[in-house]
Amino acid sequence: MSACRDEDPRIHGIKTKIRVVPNFPKPGIMFQDITTLLLDPKAFKDTIDLFVERYKGKNISVVAGVEARGFIFGPPIALAIGAKFVPLRKPRKLPGQVISEEYILEYGRDCLEMHVGAVEPGERALVVDDLIATGGTLCAAMNLLECVGAEVVECACLIELPELKGRGRLKGKPLYVLVEYQ
Amino acid sequence: MASEDCQDARIARIAAAIRAIPNFPKPGILFQDITTLLLDTRAFRDTIDLFVERYKDKDISVVAGIEARGFIFGPPVALAIGAKFVPLRKPNKLPGEVISEEYSLEYGKDKMEMHVGAVQAGERALVIDDLIATGGTLCAAISLLERVAVHVVECACVIELPELKGRERLGDKPLFVLVDAA
Repeated sequence: MSACRDEDPRIHGIKTKIRVVPNFPKPGIMFQDITTLLLDPKAFKDTIDLFVERYKGKNISVVAGVEARGFIFGPPIALAIGAKFVPLRKPRKLPGQVISEEYILEYGRDCLEMHVGAVEPGERALVVDDLIATGGTLCAAMNLLECVGAEVVECACLIELPELKGRGRLKGKPLYVLVEYQ
Repeated sequence: MASEDCQDARIARIAAAIRAIPNFPKPGILFQDITTLLLDTRAFRDTIDLFVERYKDKDISVVAGIEARGFIFGPPVALAIGAKFVPLRKPNKLPGEVISEEYSLEYGKDKMEMHVGAVQAGERALVIDDLIATGGTLCAAISLLERVAVHVVECACVIELPELKGRERLGDKPLFVLVDAA
């Protein structure tokens, strides 16, 4: 695994804590498991600190986290930078009025939802997830935010799978990641 | 430690930030929606602070959070008290070797999983979720942890529905909640 931020000494500790699980959820996939990172309080804290250092003072009022692993990393960042946390969820989980964005999967489609009224026009938003693969999920997330007039400042992930070219599918928006998996 | 008045003010703000949605997910259920709490940066901060104040000197090394809303509250608490965060997930989400605990729903059954090796025998744990209703989910979480000889110190939720008697269902396991929703 190579890092995008070789200069920061915390990155090495973070990347060694991510566990690669072969053939999950199906043969041929090398699954990037962040749960082992969460078992190391220092590495977990370093992960959050790296994002917080980048985003505090940037006038970001919304951190949107993609269900479910985006719920682990998004809230600590939101709390530290004084932003609200907005969960982006699978269909029928959010109880109030929602807007939906459909997106394509390898086989079939899925849908991401956000509560109406969670985000105001003109707010500056971050989208957080544990990993970017093809970029389909992040793109749907960005569409939801832009649909209500928010400005997506950046997408932030722990891990990027560069071979899947997700970075280029973010409608020109920047992507910040801590580690790449080749 | 905050004075009584300060504590009451924080609790009042937290309670006011929670939105009750009638007839979700089905007629007759009044759903307690914490997403509006997450939009109130001060109330969300206060929620985490109240848990952290209670647990920081209790030698807790594990915070287990129940998917998915336990993933929002658990990690900030874990980070603040220096504990690891362990996600307890629906079936087939965790990529490594897991142990499972089945539990009953109103109609049918569900299953909760934890990674093998996430916790060690003798560790002291907290279980966190957004809400306790019947207590079935929390009981399953306690079982998973106790099966691997972890001592569950307490369960912590933002909201309790006292009419559903979840507290009794936890037996001798203490429960700490911030808000009762009658």
